[in-house]
Amino acid sequence: MSDKKTTPPATKTARAFDVRTFIAALIGLYGVILLLTAFFGTSEEDLAKADGLNVNLWTGLGLLAFAIAFQAWAMLRPVRVPPRPDDDG
Amino acid sequence: MDEALRLDANWVDYLLVALYFAFVLGIGLAARRQVSTSLDFFLSGRSLPAWVTGLAFVSANLGAVEIVGMSANGANYGIATMHYFWVGAVPAMLFLAIVMMPFYYGSKVRSVPEFMRRRFGTGAHLVNAISFAVAQLLIAGINLFLLATVVEVLLGWSLIVSLVVAALVVLTYTALGGLSAAIYNEVLQFFVIVAALLPLTLVGLHKVGGWDGLTAAVSDSPGGAEQLSSWPGTALTGFDSPVLSVIGIVLGLGFVLSFGYWTTNFVEVQRAMAADSMASAQSTPVIGAFPKMFVPFIVVIPGMIAAVLVQEIATEKAAGGEPAYNDSILYLIRDLLPNGMLGVAIAGLLASFMAGMAANISAFNTVFSYDLWQQYVKKDEPDEYYTRVGRLATVGATVIAIGTAGIASSYSNIMDYLQTLFGFFNAPLFATFILGMFWKRMTATAGWVGLVAGTASAIGIWVLSGDVLGVVPLAGQGAAFVAAGVAFAVDIVVSVAVSMVTRPREYAELKGLVWSETPRETFRDENAEVLPWFRQPTKLAGIALVMVIALNLLFL
Repeated sequence: MSDKKTTPPATKTARAFDVRTFIAALIGLYGVILLLTAFFGTSEEDLAKADGLNVNLWTGLGLLAFAIAFQAWAMLRPVRVPPRPDDDG
Repeated sequence: MDEALRLDANWVDYLLVALYFAFVLGIGLAARRQVSTSLDFFLSGRSLPAWVTGLAFVSANLGAVEIVGMSANGANYGIATMHYFWVGAVPAMLFLAIVMMPFYYGSKVRSVPEFMRRRFGTGAHLVNAISFAVAQLLIAGINLFLLATVVEVLLGWSLIVSLVVAALVVLTYTALGGLSAAIYNEVLQFFVIVAALLPLTLVGLHKVGGWDGLTAAVSDSPGGAEQLSSWPGTALTGFDSPVLSVIGIVLGLGFVLSFGYWTTNFVEVQRAMAADSMASAQSTPVIGAFPKMFVPFIVVIPGMIAAVLVQEIATEKAAGGEPAYNDSILYLIRDLLPNGMLGVAIAGLLASFMAGMAANISAFNTVFSYDLWQQYVKKDEPDEYYTRVGRLATVGATVIAIGTAGIASSYSNIMDYLQTLFGFFNAPLFATFILGMFWKRMTATAGWVGLVAGTASAIGIWVLSGDVLGVVPLAGQGAAFVAAGVAFAVDIVVSVAVSMVTRPREYAELKGLVWSETPRETFRDENAEVLPWFRQPTKLAGIALVMVIALNLLFL
């Protein structure tokens, strides 16, 4: 943690770390992967397991919708970091 | 558990699990950049918004014991299991928020044992700090063990490899980013757990023919229609009399056990202490209460579905045997989910178990560093020194947890016993705290004598009960309720008696620690007047209370 101050932009993004972006990214990726699986990797046997319901399709859609909403929240209400006393900028 | 539970995970499932681990470690690295003082490491610099600490508050408790245990109870007892959430957890969380959090946050203590020391001195502090630290190591070991067994059973990795890999992941992110890493990951884990369990529940309901199909199937099963209503819950408590059963649930589970757990357990309270203001600290348990009321729908209901849908459990239950209720949710995952969703489900289970373990370890390292090391071993070192102690304590705790997990794997009964035993520390702790916060006359000697007497009486009842000696005709949950109730009463009586014959502290020293000696401003948020209604803890708590009462009535 020594010479962080030489790169001010990096410090600023680090301070503005927002867990919502991480959550939206992971859940969004899950949604996309499930949708791909639903379209290309679903066998009759899989469908029979859940009485004909395409689980990956519906879950994938749900997760993707959640991820988009969450990312929208993060972008509309970004984290505002109150300056600390030891901050120089 | 056996081969029958092995899941056919394919590369897509592994990819989903791997992604999850990558994100967990990424959050650990990102959180590390925010750590510059020991307060950053141990309490996230008291800087987190209420929704983050609130979700972490639920997640820290959504570990292996909760998911495996409560779905097992659902399979075994049905709707009565809801009591753990609607009579147990939620009212206690609201009480913590409104009544006790002002003391914890307002006094600026860094841990629950530290509050104990400021109020009652070192006697009660040592009892509290040491028993808490030991209990956390043990519970972390149990969480780790359950995590590793799931990996072993589902994916076929050997137990020891699973143990070490899981421990290394938790160690890496908690040692790097301290409490912030643990809390941010708990928030992520919360969503992954929901992403895993909500679809599982919906698919299960679809398969069983909707809610009506489930109620019909449960009514026809050995438990009968009784399993569809929450009261009087005689099967759960083990009391024959319905009246006693209701009293046991309300006073034993609802009041003593749950209030004891939620209001004094530093694993939970620590999340609220990391909040950025008094209003946020108070809101933490309240915001947590909202998801907590709905958690049983994705934990208890799948257990009930498994009890009628899963061959291994349904036939065994019908035959009057002892099915492997603990595996309910695993069987359901095996039977219902296709590849893809399977990966999300496995990630969700791993997330749950890791959240539990990381919460234990991050609470342990704070108590170890501030309450034991700084207080009794090396007092006046520079701040960085204690952050370093915290990181080393994290490593030590993880290594010990691998050890306790090893013990758990060979002596599962001993672990059950010890866990029950540690549960007994909470009820007397709650009695001591609540008396100490509102009665200025209570003395330091009364603090530790009451604790020891209360705990000893709980252990006494438990040893006499059906679980061990069988002298008193109580067993299972009922015995735990009675033991906790007796512990609470004994603690109060002994504390009052001892206070009468010992000298109280100077009342001026009790500012911030006792209600009558503290100026009201200490307990109020500095921006209280300008906060919108959804940031005001009392209003939120009122809404939560109405909702939880409605839920209770709905399943009467």
